[in-house]
Amino acid sequence: MSAFVEIRHLHKEFQGHTAINDLSVSLEGGQIVGLVGPDGAGKTTLIRLINGLLKPTSGSISIDGADISAERKKLKDIIGYMPQKFGLYEDLTVIENLRLHAKLHNVSESEQKIQFKKMLEFTDLTRFTERLAGALSGGMKQKLGLACSLLGHPRLLLLDEPGVGVDPISRQELWRMVNELLRDDVLVLWSTSYLDEAELCKNVLLLNESKLLFSGDPKELTQKLDGRVYFLKGVSDRRQMLSRLLDHPNVIDGVIQGSLLRLVFKEGEMPSLKMLGDLGNDDLELVSATPRFEDAFMEILGSKISGHSVLANRLSELPKSETITVRAQGLVKRYGNFTAADHIDFEIKQGEIFGLLGPNGAGKSTTFKMLCGLLKPTEGNAFIKGIDLKKNGPKARQHLGYMAQKFSQYDGLSLLQNLQFFAGIYGLKGKELKTEIETIVSIFHFEPYLNMETEKLPLGIKQCLALSCAVMHKPPVLFLDEPTSGVAPVMRREFWNHINGMVSKGTTVLVTTHFMDEAEYCDRMAMIYRGKTIAMGTPDELKRKMQDEEHPNPSMSDVFIRLVEESDMEVST
Amino acid sequence: MKFSHIKALVEKEFYQIIRDPSSILIAFVLPVMLIILFAYAISLDISKMKIGLVLEDDSNYARTLAGAYISNSYFDAQVARDRRAFESALVGGHIRGIIIIPQDFGKTLEQGQLKSLEVITDGSEPNTANFIQNYALAVWNNWSSQQSVLSGRQSAGNLSVESRIWYNPELESRHFLLPAALALIMTLIGSLLTGLVVSREWERGTMEALLSTAITRGEFLLGKLIPYFFLGVLSIILSSCIIIWFFQTPFRGSVLALGISGGVFLFTALGMGLLISTLAKNQFVACQVTFITAFMPTLLLSGFIFEINSMPLVLQMITHIIPAKYLIACLQSIFMVGDVMAILIPNICYMAIVAAIFLTLTLAKTRTRLE
Repeated sequence: MSAFVEIRHLHKEFQGHTAINDLSVSLEGGQIVGLVGPDGAGKTTLIRLINGLLKPTSGSISIDGADISAERKKLKDIIGYMPQKFGLYEDLTVIENLRLHAKLHNVSESEQKIQFKKMLEFTDLTRFTERLAGALSGGMKQKLGLACSLLGHPRLLLLDEPGVGVDPISRQELWRMVNELLRDDVLVLWSTSYLDEAELCKNVLLLNESKLLFSGDPKELTQKLDGRVYFLKGVSDRRQMLSRLLDHPNVIDGVIQGSLLRLVFKEGEMPSLKMLGDLGNDDLELVSATPRFEDAFMEILGSKISGHSVLANRLSELPKSETITVRAQGLVKRYGNFTAADHIDFEIKQGEIFGLLGPNGAGKSTTFKMLCGLLKPTEGNAFIKGIDLKKNGPKARQHLGYMAQKFSQYDGLSLLQNLQFFAGIYGLKGKELKTEIETIVSIFHFEPYLNMETEKLPLGIKQCLALSCAVMHKPPVLFLDEPTSGVAPVMRREFWNHINGMVSKGTTVLVTTHFMDEAEYCDRMAMIYRGKTIAMGTPDELKRKMQDEEHPNPSMSDVFIRLVEESDMEVST
Repeated sequence: MKFSHIKALVEKEFYQIIRDPSSILIAFVLPVMLIILFAYAISLDISKMKIGLVLEDDSNYARTLAGAYISNSYFDAQVARDRRAFESALVGGHIRGIIIIPQDFGKTLEQGQLKSLEVITDGSEPNTANFIQNYALAVWNNWSSQQSVLSGRQSAGNLSVESRIWYNPELESRHFLLPAALALIMTLIGSLLTGLVVSREWERGTMEALLSTAITRGEFLLGKLIPYFFLGVLSIILSSCIIIWFFQTPFRGSVLALGISGGVFLFTALGMGLLISTLAKNQFVACQVTFITAFMPTLLLSGFIFEINSMPLVLQMITHIIPAKYLIACLQSIFMVGDVMAILIPNICYMAIVAAIFLTLTLAKTRTRLE
């Protein structure tokens, strides 16, 4: 008896480059299978192969006993697929999108009504039936995309990175929705770069460099790390300490979590402070912590990040000072009756990481764009290094490196050509240009992708390219709008390692993110919701505020969800 | 092939058309602009050419002749006594030519002899130069025959040619340009409308979603052809109405003939656009390819502006593969002559063949996978 989905010796090559290498796995219905792996590991390719959108070079995939290459037409009706961009028609309304997909999936008229009603309630989109899909927020688009792929009751549901660019609340809802499907014995293949999602799966497929590295219960991997994960308490300079510890031979992974450092130790010796050697004068303490899937993921990939950022080493150290480099003063942006940003106030000191958090459509990007002079505020002022953006935008922007949310490199150019172009814009010439590009290529390991057109790059590589273009002119102020959206953990560590390195050199960073663990890296942050600042402070301060009996140790994600819920309650009362 | 799939796709396309201003722009605004452009800006007739008229003679004859030059509609003449007054204007391109009535013009005429006129034209614009020469002669002929009647004398040669021009007696170039422009407009909108839509699906990632549903290639293509065919028909109706009623172009054929030839041609244009966008995958590239492969050859090689018979042989052969050529033949016949079956039937057949080729190619090139 073969399993519902049976993949045997699957092999896929693109022009000499191997995307999937000898992959065999059997999957039964009634479960969510997490598909994880670093960027470019082959997750999207695998999903497209299972769906029949790509043809295997060799090997076979059978679904419910039928081969996908031979009987694709028949199988189309039992497969639901949600592509990375959700595959929605933005100029069609919610109901029109549903109707189109229903008809194309051969759902009968009478059945349509029942399913639409169910889907709209299920996704909580009933209020927005007549709204254009393009006008929906990221979270709502995601839900609509899911609803469309669910029409016709598929037995196999393929979701390609449904959570990219979507806030924690929407992701939580999506997870709940997909879980309900399991009652009908559906097999869900969920590709994700959020490992907290993968951790909830009973079964994960971990891909790395086109090979299946692990398949099974994530707990199996996580258990191995029992007794090897610790918090380091009492650190005064978190970034510097992390950078030092990451270079320690016994530490295999480390991240900042509020005021603490979270460290994963090598197998073997019992971790102790003594083992770490001389760490300065801080009154340090090691406290045992529960391992997470992410720790296991980092370990199995064996890709340890160095604590030193070569990208930051290029920078000359700015003199330490307490000056305010970025200031938002009563920023308001109105579009007709709609207030996208409502009196946003904050100040960022030199060498500080300031985070803007909030659900999709809360006004983060609007605030961002006002701060770099891309949008004119209706009221209020924005300053960079004391220069008013209203009065002298170009001069203020000289100090600024900006990484936009949407990939803003040139799709038609290769990666190398993009680098050359941006280096040219920033006035680099001749030898300087050459060495600068060489440095960046080696820092981000761009070598295999140099001549690839940027639109074909894996998401994570695209983001790295965008970051390298933003920092090429060594700006003292860096604005990053969802820099790690869709980027897998290893690359995200590298990203943050660079950011930490640059901040240590005195760079000021303003960042937005949907990864709550990344919010922990921030010195301070503001929660934006419905255009207003609903909370501001250090990560620890915000967590402390949310502490209660139910949540003795709230995570950043808990804080986020609670704050939004509280604000909703205030509005409704 | 399932009717419900096609219906769903057509509905979807319909909503996209009404919400996307670019389709409306291409289908309705672009044709109107092009018609106005062709009607007013590109005219092969000449009127009110600016010339300088030099009166070196002061006799009565010279004055009446000058009057003839000033009062006719071909010329917009300025008068001077000395040719030097106009030399710099001619060099500067402010006037197109100089007509000189020489000294002793009246005297010699009275003696029964003819002194020749002098016409100086700008050879850098040979067309205009020719026109001026011919019109100057025409005015002169007219005047001299009048003079002979007045004086009761016979003019030297009294043989005259009376020419009759069939179908377009006013010889208004607009009357044969506008129907031909209709062909150009249809090529452009037909191929542009569909040229952009398939590549748009690729660009926005909706193609991937469509490919994973149960639709077939044929359904997909029909889902694109049907809505844009109707949009194209509406656009032809609008353009024809403007040409016939606003610009008063004669329409001597039947609406049915116009409908059939236009309809068949629309399939060639839509098919070409679909083929382009199936291969291009990117709206920008599709747009450029459409201009280069559909618009330019139609403008230059369809016989619209440049006579095919006077092209080099190689180019003449190339014109055979330009579908608009056949449509222009049909349209000029329908508008100016009537339904001439000997012209309509073979040309419509050619267009049908071209359409079939494009659509078959498109069907073969439409992929059901991502690679």
